[in-house]
Amino acid sequence: MGALPPNPQNIFGKMKMYTPQDEAELAEVIANARAPLCIKGGGTRGCGVEGAALSLAGLSGIELYEPGSLTLVVKAGTPLAEIEALLASEGQRMAFEPMDARGLLGTVGAPTIGGAFATNSSGPRRIQAGAARDYLLGVRFVDGAGQSVKNGGRVMKNVTGYDLVKLMAGAHGTLGVMSEVSLKVLPIPEAVASLSLAVADLPTAVRAMSAALGSPYDVTGAAYDPIAGLVHIRLEGFAPSVQYRQEKLTAELAGFGLVALQDDAAGLWAGIRDVSAFQGREGDVWRISVKPSDAPLLAPVLEAEALQFDWGGGLIWALTSAGLDLRARVAAAGIAGHATLVRADQATRAALGQFQPQAKPLEAISDGLRRRFDPRGLLNPGLMNAGQMPSGQKG
Amino acid sequence: MEMPVPDSTILARKAHLARRLAAVLPDDALIQDEMETRAYECDGLAAYRCPPLLAVLPRSTQEVSDVLRICHEEGVPVVPRGAGTSLAGGALPTADSVILGVARMNEVLEADYDNRVIRVQSGRTNLSVSGAVEEEEFFYAPDPSSQLACAIAGNIAMNSGGAHCLKYGVTTNNLLGVTLVMMDGTVVEIGGAHLDAGGLDLLGVICGSEGQLGVVTEATLRILRKPEGARPVLIGYDSNEVAGACVSDIIKAGVLPVAIEFMDRPCIEACEAFAKAGYPMCEALLIIEVEGSDAEIAHQLELIVEIARTHNPVELREATDSDEAARIWLGRKSAFGAMGQINDYMCLDGTIPVGSLPQVLRRIGELSKEYGLDVANVFHAGDGNMHPLILFDANKPGDLELCEELGAEILKLCVEVGGCLTGEHGVGIEKRDLMLHQYSPVDLEAQLLVKDVFDPKWLLNPAKVFPLSATEARRAPALAAE
Repeated sequence: MGALPPNPQNIFGKMKMYTPQDEAELAEVIANARAPLCIKGGGTRGCGVEGAALSLAGLSGIELYEPGSLTLVVKAGTPLAEIEALLASEGQRMAFEPMDARGLLGTVGAPTIGGAFATNSSGPRRIQAGAARDYLLGVRFVDGAGQSVKNGGRVMKNVTGYDLVKLMAGAHGTLGVMSEVSLKVLPIPEAVASLSLAVADLPTAVRAMSAALGSPYDVTGAAYDPIAGLVHIRLEGFAPSVQYRQEKLTAELAGFGLVALQDDAAGLWAGIRDVSAFQGREGDVWRISVKPSDAPLLAPVLEAEALQFDWGGGLIWALTSAGLDLRARVAAAGIAGHATLVRADQATRAALGQFQPQAKPLEAISDGLRRRFDPRGLLNPGLMNAGQMPSGQKG
Repeated sequence: MEMPVPDSTILARKAHLARRLAAVLPDDALIQDEMETRAYECDGLAAYRCPPLLAVLPRSTQEVSDVLRICHEEGVPVVPRGAGTSLAGGALPTADSVILGVARMNEVLEADYDNRVIRVQSGRTNLSVSGAVEEEEFFYAPDPSSQLACAIAGNIAMNSGGAHCLKYGVTTNNLLGVTLVMMDGTVVEIGGAHLDAGGLDLLGVICGSEGQLGVVTEATLRILRKPEGARPVLIGYDSNEVAGACVSDIIKAGVLPVAIEFMDRPCIEACEAFAKAGYPMCEALLIIEVEGSDAEIAHQLELIVEIARTHNPVELREATDSDEAARIWLGRKSAFGAMGQINDYMCLDGTIPVGSLPQVLRRIGELSKEYGLDVANVFHAGDGNMHPLILFDANKPGDLELCEELGAEILKLCVEVGGCLTGEHGVGIEKRDLMLHQYSPVDLEAQLLVKDVFDPKWLLNPAKVFPLSATEARRAPALAAE
């Protein structure tokens, strides 16, 4: 293929980068690769492994948008901002609220749809609307052998064959490089309101969020900011409905603390989604997923410098001093869940690994899948299983 | 329907296998009498039958693990079975297989309202999961039509949906964790009460794998607080195109009903004759249901009715109380029974992009004439999941085959317009041979790789999902190794 340089371009100093312009070129790059590739969407989460960068920037653009069917098909490298603008023009959006990691990680670039799905990036609405993976209807991807594969489609209900779509979501590029994605979109609700409850302690905050989430009022956000001592509850829908639910919840939650209505709901929830409270602060950042009622048991033993609770308490963001092994603390507390190291220096990442090692039989399955989908170990090798790999192979 | 030739060496070892299984199971959990194994010869796709070699009905994960370990050692295929309600032949045995039924594992292990999850054994029926949390005003959202009988194990295997998944999603969107027994007897825990399981999304690929990757014995499911109320509106149109356009406009307007059901004329007529719900005789009927408080319901229905009126409906009936609501749903809920009254029928399950609705219905009408078999359509219009019902006479020689041919044509049509072969019933044996219409050999190979990892000897639920020709090379070495 003439369009493809025989060697990767030197774009950023010594860093090599491939930028295929279509799926065929992407397949050719991978088929011809002889060394690990670092898969790059917008690059806003950094590269987790050493190797030539494989950028999806060339695979960008809208393939199909049917607002009446709530479906969108786009190339994987399409910037989220472009998609959001298009959807907004029809009064629709991506309900899973993918995070913009730039502020937290101090990166530049434009977050892409492929990156959002590869990392299963799911915001505060996870508790009500689902995760990114719940909106991914179909994928085209190139596996580690350089073969183009499709799975799923562009319809909302599809149980034809195995669901590799879910497997690709959250695989961080280790099973294949997505070239095209189909997703379900939803209408932007007419109104949004955010209630804030003054709650000084975490156990009460989790109980308050549990009460809100266990109400019939379709709460779409439940977070706790321990520094401000505020529980935030979000409601979305038609204006009269939001008004009604807001009044109901205000009355029902009054026992937990003083309730007030927030002015800038959109800004508040974007801040929670992007963990803006930790931006510009030194230290490691961890993301811990637990059962909400375990949050009050876990928080005291983390010895974090700052904490943020989302998903009713089930998603804990922790800012800690550098090099602390939070996984050991979660395990010592006997709490089920997992902790991801989102931000740390190279030494800590190498020592702890970004992802939590899994139980042995699960790790055997995951490794088996990686070996079959990427037999030559080219795609972000070691990114998800650094803990299991011999030290010489760490990325 | 072609099935693999039973392995005669397995058939010859029946007594030996039964002895080994009896050693790890209570007396009443092993079925070997030929009259009794016949009870497991088919599922909801009753046109195909084959009694299994043996059937086991374990009561615990440990017993499931012991059974699978023994079958793995013996090289004997295992067909997992929930309640046996599959419409796709997902639990059809082979003569050399052991049926592993989970129906006796039906306990609620934990209902956790603070964290909004329930942990159940997988043999529990779908409706009784909601039943277990009803007192606290909670429910489990996926609601397949067979929910009174079907088991969570089967729901997970087929990634079952239901009428209300437009708002609440299907099984995979409501499943947080499983205890999975691998074919070699290894027990693994995936996920739990937290919202995202770590590592690769194994839960996502297990859900919908039709019992071919492992046997789920326990599941953690999301439960939701019941809405304050729900009410439907019935809208009739004199053409399918107009009804389709109305659905599209409602969705575009930002209203997200919990259900949008669509019935065409043949279906309306059959339902009316059967249930006498008082439906108008027209080309297309929509039943749209919304949820919330009385005022919220009224507001949403007002928006829907406003949109519906712009398309000149021939009938528009809002439910003002629960009696009227029940009457509106009466015909729809008896649709399958009404069809069964008229004739034998085959229920298809393809999904299409919502925008292709009129075109697909027109083409189905043409195909129906060509084949000389009546087709009635009743389906979930909001998400494009169609259920064409083909009427045929099982006692008439050749009619079943003709019906299957027509069914295949309709499913190919669904794929052609950008949809898929099955939206919620699963592939099973029924649509196995159509898979190459939706997927290329390379696409299928990627799925087979997953099976290789979970079940290297290819013993779990044989001959389902994939065309036999696509899996032959994998099954052959597994058999030769015995």
